[in-house]
Amino acid sequence: MVDTPHPNRQAEAGAPPGRPSRLTAILHRSEALRGYLLMSPTLLIMTLGIVIPFLILLVMSSWSRDGFGFDTTPTINNYLRAWSEPVFGALLTRSFWISGVATVATVVLCYPMAYYVAFHVHRRKMLWIILMTLPFWTSYLLRVFAWKVILGYEGVINSGLMSLGFIEAPLEFLLYSKEAVIITLAHAWAAFAILPIYVSLEKIDRSLLEAATDLGDGPVRRFLRVTLPLSMPGVIAASFLIFIPTTGDYITPALLGGPDGAMIGNFIQLQFGPVNNWPMGATLAIVLMFWIAAVALAFLLLTRKLQERLT
Amino acid sequence: MSQGTYIKRHNRALQVYAVAFLIVLYVPVLFIPLFSFNDSVYVRFPLEGFTLQWYVELWSREPVWNALWNSVRVGAVVSVIATILGVVAARAITRYRMPGKTALVTFIMMPLVIPGIIFGVALLVLLSRMGVPLSLYTVGLGHLIFCLPFAVATLLPRFEGFDPSMEEASMDLGENGWWTFWRVTFPMVFPGVVASLLLTFTISFDEFIMAFFLTGTDPTLPMYIWGQLRFPQQFPSVLALSALILIASFVLVFVAQWIGRVGLDQNRETP
Repeated sequence: MVDTPHPNRQAEAGAPPGRPSRLTAILHRSEALRGYLLMSPTLLIMTLGIVIPFLILLVMSSWSRDGFGFDTTPTINNYLRAWSEPVFGALLTRSFWISGVATVATVVLCYPMAYYVAFHVHRRKMLWIILMTLPFWTSYLLRVFAWKVILGYEGVINSGLMSLGFIEAPLEFLLYSKEAVIITLAHAWAAFAILPIYVSLEKIDRSLLEAATDLGDGPVRRFLRVTLPLSMPGVIAASFLIFIPTTGDYITPALLGGPDGAMIGNFIQLQFGPVNNWPMGATLAIVLMFWIAAVALAFLLLTRKLQERLT
Repeated sequence: MSQGTYIKRHNRALQVYAVAFLIVLYVPVLFIPLFSFNDSVYVRFPLEGFTLQWYVELWSREPVWNALWNSVRVGAVVSVIATILGVVAARAITRYRMPGKTALVTFIMMPLVIPGIIFGVALLVLLSRMGVPLSLYTVGLGHLIFCLPFAVATLLPRFEGFDPSMEEASMDLGENGWWTFWRVTFPMVFPGVVASLLLTFTISFDEFIMAFFLTGTDPTLPMYIWGQLRFPQQFPSVLALSALILIASFVLVFVAQWIGRVGLDQNRETP
């Protein structure tokens, strides 16, 4: 019943000369064209929402502030400022450092979890996956807010420890620090690490593991030589998925960072808000994108080199 | 080593780790509802006693209802449009052979990885240059861009697991393309559509950073909460509101994931 209609259908498709318009005939013949046409509304929206805004951002980065308006003579002064003033460099370095540490921590902590679900959960796998990713879908703002409740001066940890009599005065280093931002980011982005790692672990052909065992590898050697290398695509994807968005994070450093934990995202917001220097803000956004791309590319090349050497 | 294959073996340490992991994942969020029932303006231990006063207070607050209504409206419109565009895109991606398909999919997925703040300011600059005043519409546009990758990612596996011979059979039995879509294709991908609607609604409902840059005078719920965070005496009622939002999102997303995946597994097992 599934196979027989096939020839009929092809016969039908091959007989459009009777169709009235040339356009429909072309559309019928060209698969790609129909595909593009079907996708065009989505692509149009995405172009409108991504490409055009980015171009305007790029153009604006070459302007300068002029009172309440803009001086639209193109200049590279903003970029020179971003390059020469140490504040910007320091903020960028700190943003990359914080995201980098948070990314490594998340990936390392989530790997065993993904491993457990991929290899040791046999029933209700789906429930585990949903449970692990569920918090990720709830409000990012509220999850960060929850950490403020926990790490605050009178928060869960401080007041808990004080009422238990372990400490006399609140620990001040908990809130408003780089560490607070790193902990919160690692917690908030866990799902982004678990899913790709889980998928790549799940894909591993189990017979390879058995072969390694049969050929005399112990559990540790087998993990290091078979499982880990084969799951590297997932680890790399997870690293990207966490590192890139977190470098520009705004909420976490704004609520938990304080002056020591402020990141480039906060500075960009300042330019568009209180400082009211939009061209500078646009420049910083472009510079951030540029550095993210550069770091991502370097990371990709490095891991590729490493993989080549391993295999 | 002798007891069965490697894969079937139990690993106690890993099991303990997994349970601890889940606890750490959930506990921080649970402090919000816990303190929302605490009879004290201060969010600290020891707990003072049980009260519903913060919820009662919330009930009578006009701006909360306004913000809620704004968020629901934006979320509803965004989820419907994002899902329609997602269906169309997923259909095109799976059905037709197109050159440059991978590039197009990557392009659609871009909002997943680019920092939200960059999208926010880029759209803000565009809208202000075009002279469009900031309103719930501009927030909706931002959310739409942000939700589309999730809609496409939710719907793609549906369309991928789809057996094209079903459609062919329908066409051969005399249905035209439009009715084939409604009577064959759509019912088969329906669970994915529901999942996509629920997920994109939740994402829009909870989204902050786009709204932060693109909101005009009408705040969405996250924007309202953000505004209240500056006032320590408002903390308990913000906690109560947050607890309600968390519960709503958890339920919506759980249902969405369940519908989205249960059907998918059945599809694969029963053909």
